[in-house]
Amino acid sequence: MKLKLRFSWDTSILIILAVVWVAASLTTDNFLSSINVSQIFSNTSEITIMAFGVIFLIILGEIDLSVASILALGSSMLGWSYAHGAPIWLAILICIAVGTLCGFINGWLVTKVGLGSLAVTIGTLALYRGIANGILGTNTINEFPEFWTGFGFDTIGTSFIPQSLPIIILFGIGFGLLLHNTPFGRRTLAIGQSPEAARFAGVNVIKHKIIVFTFTGFMSGVAGVIYTFRFSTAQADNGIGLELLVISACLLGGVSIFGGIGTMWGVIAGVLLAGSVESWLTLREINAQWRTIVTGILLLISVAAPVLINKAKAAKVRAGNKS
Amino acid sequence: MAQKGDLLLQMKGVQKRFGGAIALRGTDLSIRAGEIHALLGENGAGKSTMLKILAGVHVNDGGTISLGDKPFTTGSPQASIEQGIAVIYQEPSLFLDLTLAENVFIGRQPMKGVAIDWAQAQNEAARLFAELGVPLDPKRQARGLSIADQQVVEIAKALSMNANIILMDEPTAALSASEVERLMTVMKSLKAANKAVIFVSHRLDEVFAISDYITVMRDGATVSENPVGGTDLQKVIKEMVGRELTELFPKTENKIGDVALEIKDLTNPAYFRNISFTVRHGEIVALAGLVGSGRSEVARAIFGIDKYTTGSVKVNGKDLAKGSPVAAMAEKIALVPEDRRQQGLFMIAGVDRNISMESFDRIKGKIFLNFKKERALTETWREKLSIKYAAPSNPVESLSGGNQQKTVLAKWLATDPDILIVDEPTRGIDVGTKAEVHKLINAAAGEGKAVLMISSELPEVLGMADRIIVMREGHQVAELSRKEATQEKVIAAATTGSKGA
Repeated sequence: MKLKLRFSWDTSILIILAVVWVAASLTTDNFLSSINVSQIFSNTSEITIMAFGVIFLIILGEIDLSVASILALGSSMLGWSYAHGAPIWLAILICIAVGTLCGFINGWLVTKVGLGSLAVTIGTLALYRGIANGILGTNTINEFPEFWTGFGFDTIGTSFIPQSLPIIILFGIGFGLLLHNTPFGRRTLAIGQSPEAARFAGVNVIKHKIIVFTFTGFMSGVAGVIYTFRFSTAQADNGIGLELLVISACLLGGVSIFGGIGTMWGVIAGVLLAGSVESWLTLREINAQWRTIVTGILLLISVAAPVLINKAKAAKVRAGNKS
Repeated sequence: MAQKGDLLLQMKGVQKRFGGAIALRGTDLSIRAGEIHALLGENGAGKSTMLKILAGVHVNDGGTISLGDKPFTTGSPQASIEQGIAVIYQEPSLFLDLTLAENVFIGRQPMKGVAIDWAQAQNEAARLFAELGVPLDPKRQARGLSIADQQVVEIAKALSMNANIILMDEPTAALSASEVERLMTVMKSLKAANKAVIFVSHRLDEVFAISDYITVMRDGATVSENPVGGTDLQKVIKEMVGRELTELFPKTENKIGDVALEIKDLTNPAYFRNISFTVRHGEIVALAGLVGSGRSEVARAIFGIDKYTTGSVKVNGKDLAKGSPVAAMAEKIALVPEDRRQQGLFMIAGVDRNISMESFDRIKGKIFLNFKKERALTETWREKLSIKYAAPSNPVESLSGGNQQKTVLAKWLATDPDILIVDEPTRGIDVGTKAEVHKLINAAAGEGKAVLMISSELPEVLGMADRIIVMREGHQVAELSRKEATQEKVIAAATTGSKGA
């Protein structure tokens, strides 16, 4: 256990996160102020929610680049149906249902038609966003009931906890348990490590992948609801580019881009790290180009470091077993 | 240029050990120009080690090797090529997107000034192909060539480097009948050009059809060397086998019960046709035959990894759904696959996670896995099979081959199967562990499990099985009881399809 703690990347990222927090609070006046911390959580809501699905996909050895487009399509459907007289609860359900359906279509195309998930979701990235454009065009819908628009923006009572946080925590615990404490999670890891061996172990790989694509779509739909209310805006270009931040957060959190390896708390730390660095640079009034460069460098480190660490770890274990 | 009959290669008393294991204990071999020389022996007899020493992959520990009147310089594949020795492997490694001429002259392209002289490369390649009796188009891409034709390209490449001794390691194992014809034509052309061909094969009918000389090896030593006219199939098989084998296999007489597994007319035209047999509780049935005869494919079809087109699989009298490992596992079938690294194990996952993978029901509460129970399960099987590892969470890739194989067995025994299918259960593991694995399989049968064992090792088949079913090229060619089975009969059926011998 000592060995594991010393070497694993998802432990290192916790340390990096702490260092960033300390450094940020020393170099800015209000990094750790309740408002700013609340902002970090709030700003990363959708990324976190989508990452809970995408982590399963990357572990499976798949990818979904269309999550942000699903968010936009769901959001557009929410706005459109509400504007056309649907009660708000129905509009919300439609948003989530559309997301779920989009995820299922991705999974079906990948597994049944046998196309690579990178190719499929590059296609649906454009397709889903295109449909959103078709529905709303350049229109923006921003008349929503006040109760809902405060959500994800307002805090709970007088505390600094954003209202979306409890939902994220609930999903985080749920998906964390699913990944680490159930046969479903074990099969997810197994498929990522060796799809062939998984088949020999009696795992229905195709069904499993469709399920994961589908709940990733579901989560993107949920993210669509939060995004719409947080900005009080339903429009077709909502959340553009968020898919890369989601994937970055997963890789930053130690999920292997080759599949088979990943932890939920690593990903949560990854999201918080990305969010914290962003916030720190914003408070320091560093301009946007530099923020992008820093994010890029972080991402490169996060892809390289786990590989190097795991190599060192494996060599150590091998040496141990030989002696 | 060597004259026909000149001694090209002589190996005397060649020895090689790997750690504690002796691979060659004094082997002799003489090869002359214009000769096709077959090297025969069971798995592990030392044939491949011999070839690898000549190819420069291994260095011999003792004995002498001479090429004509010069000593052979061992050490590197490059050195072997420079001395005129070329190896053609079972699976050629061509650059599929390059043309055949480019493949033949890769790295040694003929030059005209600073540019590559493609015309000359193509003419030269065409000449070599013609010489080999297979007029391939040097301008076509290698992609799409049959394995046999790819081998022809490799041979042309060897000739272009002035090889005069060509080694072929089971060149026909992956070929169809018509491709084998083609390769034989090439071998005859090589012979006519006064090259020497050494080839390893398990297909004895081919060996007798084409060889001039036959050398038989057993347990790392040469047993005999004869011109093909001076020996016969019977004699060669006897020489290959030649040892008593009962002691290695502590066969127990189990109580044999009802039929557990019934296969009827199982057919998948690509791999096997009309396979029918039964396995009873407490019985060990072996599927014997050469690699590629369709044995593993039958096992995969039963377990549902692949589908079959016609026929049926019954478990305890009930039809089993096809194409579903989940259904097979529900009927308590277990398959220990032949390739433990690709199919049997999750190499980067811990021993504990590998062992529990098929037994989640045993380690979970209503929803969640109970890690304590998982550790206990791992510990139980570590003890039963004496698997050696530092910590249960260590990835199985850090274990030795034998311990990996035990881990695969453990994970499937942990499901407490009724029907245990094991495919090459002792491939690539040492003798001591082999005996342990045999004991485990016997014990499983002793508990009333029906065991179907696929093995390429005849001693294992004869030592363990109650009944032996022999397959050849996708057909079931013989069924032998323990009493009537002999190595000669099994080999004869597997190589020529005849039941007698």
